[in-house]
Parts: sequence; C-alpha cells; structure tokens
Amino acid sequence: MDHSSTTPVDAAVTEAMLPYFSEKFGNPSSLYTIGREARRSMEEARANVADLIGAKKEEIIFTGSGTESDNLAIKGLAYRNRKNGDHIITSSIEHHAVLYTCKYLETQGFKVTYLPVSKEGVVNPTEVEAAITSKTTLISIMHANPEIGTIQPVEEIGKIAKEKNIPFHTDAIPTAGKIPISVDAMGVSLLSLSAHKMYGPKGVGALYIRKGTGLTPLLHGGGHERDIRSGTENVPGIVGFGKAAQLAKERLPEAAKITKLRDSLIKGLLEIKDSYLNGHPEKRLPDNVNIRFSYIEGESMILNLDMKGVAASTGSACSSKSLEPSHVLIATGLKHEEAHGSLRFTLGRANTQDEVDYVITVLPEIVNKLRMMSPLAR
Amino acid sequence: MTDGYSEKVMEHFANPRNVGEIKDADGIGKVGNPVCGDLMWIYIKVKDNRLEDVKFKTFGCGAAIATSSMITEMAKGKTLEEALEITRKDVAEALDGLPPVKMHCSNLAADGLHAAIKDYHERSGKK
Repeated sequence: MDHSSTTPVDAAVTEAMLPYFSEKFGNPSSLYTIGREARRSMEEARANVADLIGAKKEEIIFTGSGTESDNLAIKGLAYRNRKNGDHIITSSIEHHAVLYTCKYLETQGFKVTYLPVSKEGVVNPTEVEAAITSKTTLISIMHANPEIGTIQPVEEIGKIAKEKNIPFHTDAIPTAGKIPISVDAMGVSLLSLSAHKMYGPKGVGALYIRKGTGLTPLLHGGGHERDIRSGTENVPGIVGFGKAAQLAKERLPEAAKITKLRDSLIKGLLEIKDSYLNGHPEKRLPDNVNIRFSYIEGESMILNLDMKGVAASTGSACSSKSLEPSHVLIATGLKHEEAHGSLRFTLGRANTQDEVDYVITVLPEIVNKLRMMSPLAR
Repeated sequence: MTDGYSEKVMEHFANPRNVGEIKDADGIGKVGNPVCGDLMWIYIKVKDNRLEDVKFKTFGCGAAIATSSMITEMAKGKTLEEALEITRKDVAEALDGLPPVKMHCSNLAADGLHAAIKDYHERSGKK
C-alpha cells in the first residue's frame, strides 16, 4: 500500500509499448515509413495525455521525468522572464523537484517566497495574493501533496494569478489519474505530469505549456519537442504514457471505490489509542492515508509491517538518506518526534477491503509492541 | 530501510532481547533525543562488580532497537571494566555491520551502557 511511490505498469501499457522497442523502432524525426509511424504513435500519445487534463495536443511537451518537467517549468519561465522580474512564489510543502529548483534559483539571484500552510497542509490563496509583488514572474503551487494527501485550492490561486497576469505552474504529478484535472478550470499556464505514478512506465514525464507561455529550454540540441526539449524522443515510454493516460481517464470513476477503502482504513487506524490523522479530512486525495502514532518511530513500524507483508512509507528521518524528517510534516507544525511516528499508506486499484481489514488487524499489535519498548510511552 | 540491514540486525529487531525496565536498577543510562528520532534507556543491575542484568527501552528505528538488544546481550555477565570497553564498532560488528547512515545508532547503544555504568558509580559513590 505504497502506490504514491510508484505504480506497476499496467499490462495494457506494456503491450502498447513493446512493439516500439523492436519492429517499430523508428526515430520520429526520420521521414521514411517507420519514422513516420513512430511520429504518428507519439502524436496519438500526446493527444491522450492532453485529453486527460483538458488541454490541446500542441500544448504537451514530453520530458524524461516529472522532476524534469518541474525544472523546465520553473527554470524555463524564470529565465525567460528575467527581464520582467525575479520573484517566485511557491509553498513550503512542494516536492523537492520544485523546492530545490527554487533554492537553486536563489543562488542565481532570484528571490523566492515559500508560503506556509495550515496544520491540515492547505495553502491560503489570500497569502498567495499578498505575496505578489511587481517583480513576481511565477507562482508554483502543487495540485495536491502526495505525502499528506491535501488537495490545494488551485482554482482560487489560478484566478488570482490570472487577474494579476502572472503565470501559474502546478505540479499535478500526485493527482493525475486520481482526481479530474482541467487546465482551464485551474487557470494554469504550466502543469507537470509523470507516467509512472499512473500505471505507466518510469523515465517519461510531460509538461503542459499553455499557448503563449514562453520558456527557456534546459536542453539544447536538435530542436525536438518544438525546440523546448531537445533529445531523441523516448518513443516506447511516450506510447506507454499515452496508453496510461487513456486508461487513467477511463478509470477516474474508480476513485469512489478507493475513497471508500481510504476512509475505512483511516477509521480503523484512528481507533488505536494516541493516533492522529495528518492532512485534511475532506480535501484529500482518494488514495492517501497518513496517520501518526505517538511514542514510536516510523521505520520500525514499516519494518514490522513488511514482516507481515504490508508495504508502507513514513515521514520519519530514520528512513531517509538525509536523516531529516519530512519537510511537509514539519511545515504543518508537527514536532520532530511527531513527524517520526507518521505512517503513510497509498492505495491502488488492486487493493481490496480484505487487505485494508488485514492492516487494521495487524497494526495495533505492532504499535503495541513498539510502545512496550518505548521509553516515551508511559 | 531493509536494504542495508543484515540478517542479524533484522533478527534482533524482530525478537529483541531484554526489553523492559529493571524496577530496582543500580544504574540507568539515558541517551539520545526524540527530536532526532532515537531515545535509548539502558538499565543495569550490578553484583560483585559484574553486570548481573541489563535491560533497555528504546524509541527509534530498526538499527536503534537492534543495537539496544545486542548491547544487552554483549554486556550481560561482564565486569564493569570489560563493559566500558565495548565500543560502537564492537556493537556494529556483532550485528554483521550497519548501513553507514545508521552508525550513530550503534554509537548510542554503547553510550547508553557507559552512561548507565557512570550512573551506577555516581550512586555508589554517594552511599
């Protein structure tokens, strides 16, 4: 139950991709038959990805990852509009692909405002508006946070951005295929996507670029992807992404079933003494459960769950390479020791009520065992 | 996470030895900080200059729990002088190694034992 880390490639996606490794290996830039065939398939994929977010096909650029999409959106726009200003507004709970890109831009002389969030992890649109200066050239606020599941008021932020005529980027990697996305309703100029979070392959992302939004490329070369992202296209990956996007759109109604599992898991786990929900109770991704348990540490919960055959993740520092607790949990006002005790489950389409019930049965024993061992529990 | 943990670490983590507190302990070593994600309390019972019993309570990751468990086993039956010579390296080696980022957990277990012995000396000095 750790589908936010990544998802398995859907069998239909693999099947769609396979021919493009061997018999249909053409380079989309070649003019002869197999090249044209590759180009046609790629354009079909582009249309499918565009369709998932209510965009036009010409507004989609394929990249090598969601991280690249975020980098291209932020650096690309910041550099392109540098003559107009040097100020960027973002939030303190963005993915590192956004946060560290902003941190890098600060070393290049840009100024960045990192907005705080409420204890449920919500960015306040009024604070976005208040942060805008005459030098602001970009607002980047994620569609939802993948760790605590909180969905952001992007439509309201989009409205403000539009009124002030400032490009608005949103990282929709955690939401695409889970909740409906409409670039027009959200009022975004730029939107990042990644295939592997929606049952597509790893190594391919996309960036929606609204017509009229200019970007400075990160990669210079042969002028692929309308001269915004040079590099021979990853045709099998793109074809797989297109198929995954098509399936994701068809399967959006499944969110109702996953939401039910989510609520059942939250309810069951909150029955454990001294446990609390992280994130917002309603404005929440359909698949996200994030609960903190007092007096114990996340990695030891995960290892115990793993022994019981359950995969989960934690915001604890002890499970990260940096030994720093999750910046998202800290931004919601949790103390370090509270962040350490947080456990995240992200449900996928294959999860069942039986599996949810199993977790609700085994976790209390694990929490108990660890609390017996903990000097913090009294 | 599990990658990087030896079988021995996982074995001690799954079945930790000597968990709990000693009610009438002769010395208690409290080390670590919950802010960092590790807190370790080591309890000792001393008889004729030997560690008759050693127990622990730990808040922390897999390595913190496994090193706590291991050090209680290593220390039990040793003289106080021998116990003071147990180093972080000894604990890590007894567990067939630890991932590099987890080395400070093994440091903590040795520190906890040494702190408990120091506490014992301070208490007996007062008597």
